[in-house]
Amino acid sequence: MAAGVDVSLEFSGGAELLFDRVKKHDISLPSQDKSWTLQCLLAWIRDNMLKERPELFMQGQTVRPGILVLVNDADWELLGELDYVIQPNDTITFISTLHGG
Amino acid sequence: MPANCSLCDGRAVLKRPKTGDTLCRECFYYAFEEEVHKTILDANLFTSGESVAIGASGGKDSTVLAYVMKLLNDRYNYGLKLVLLSVDEGITGYRDDSLETVKRNQNQYDLPLKIVSYEELYGWTMDAIVKQIGLKNNCTFCGVFRRQALDRGAMLLKVDKIVTGHNADDVAETVIMNVLRGDIGRLRRCTAITTGTEGALPRCKPFKYTYEKEIVMYAYFKKLDYFSTECIYSPNAYRGFARSFIKRSGKNSTQCNHRYHSFRREPLCQKGSEDASSG
Repeated sequence: MAAGVDVSLEFSGGAELLFDRVKKHDISLPSQDKSWTLQCLLAWIRDNMLKERPELFMQGQTVRPGILVLVNDADWELLGELDYVIQPNDTITFISTLHGG
Repeated sequence: MPANCSLCDGRAVLKRPKTGDTLCRECFYYAFEEEVHKTILDANLFTSGESVAIGASGGKDSTVLAYVMKLLNDRYNYGLKLVLLSVDEGITGYRDDSLETVKRNQNQYDLPLKIVSYEELYGWTMDAIVKQIGLKNNCTFCGVFRRQALDRGAMLLKVDKIVTGHNADDVAETVIMNVLRGDIGRLRRCTAITTGTEGALPRCKPFKYTYEKEIVMYAYFKKLDYFSTECIYSPNAYRGFARSFIKRSGKNSTQCNHRYHSFRREPLCQKGSEDASSG
């Protein structure tokens, strides 16, 4: 049993438009059987926060190509992407690159 | 824990899509800026004393372009007179907001700003056009209008050149669009770093080799002020299809954009990168 974790989520570059235009959300992830990986977090966001058009944020089990993910201001590609295990008080940032130019 | 920087052993913050290198913030800024500088030098984009208009929409690409052009002009004494040039298409809730961003950039980067509008040039705003003809192919002719508006604004400013924020991903999308349309003429021209030299003002793309991910990361780490909302008339634009295709294929290949450009280039921090010229 993994304990619950408090994390900050940030959405920018247009990704905030899918979350009521709110850029910063402090959330508490509930305790669950396995550890809280970014993959679990994405599923949780899809089921609990995304109100409409989840396909604009997710594609399959991961984020839609063109959305950058950072953990504590570091590229998630350095951290194992979906397999990264979230630590308490991590800040996870989603930046859309899909808007404007 | 995050990896170390490939160049200085600091804490890496990003994996470069072009090379797979892991870089810390400072080394990333350095690599990003120096690659644009190298692009400018290799292609002889500018001559000292020229006036250059930066096509500025308030979006990520042109905001980062304005910042980097200003920085490199100062750092390397290009001797350029830089000015921001914006086009107001007359799209309520989109361009009016993004122009506010450009006005802030004008102060932040200490660059003069000129705005030309569809209304003053053509007597029509995009809002009025869409009201008349409905939501179809709006981007196609808005693009034609904007291109000409930028030229006319540049003529008014009496500049020698226009630079735009088109990046490597944009160029790759344009290649795919021209393939799908079977437009051989445009396919040949669309990857040129400078276009429109015959009669018209030359237009250059200093970010031609710069990946969108790095532009966005640069803007994020530098906390640059940019506007990010999709144009209200664009959701059905043809470009969207090419865009998602490139993004999907990019998941499978770090140098996908280079393949679409079909040319060979040595990145500044190259380390065991694969052949970039196939495809």
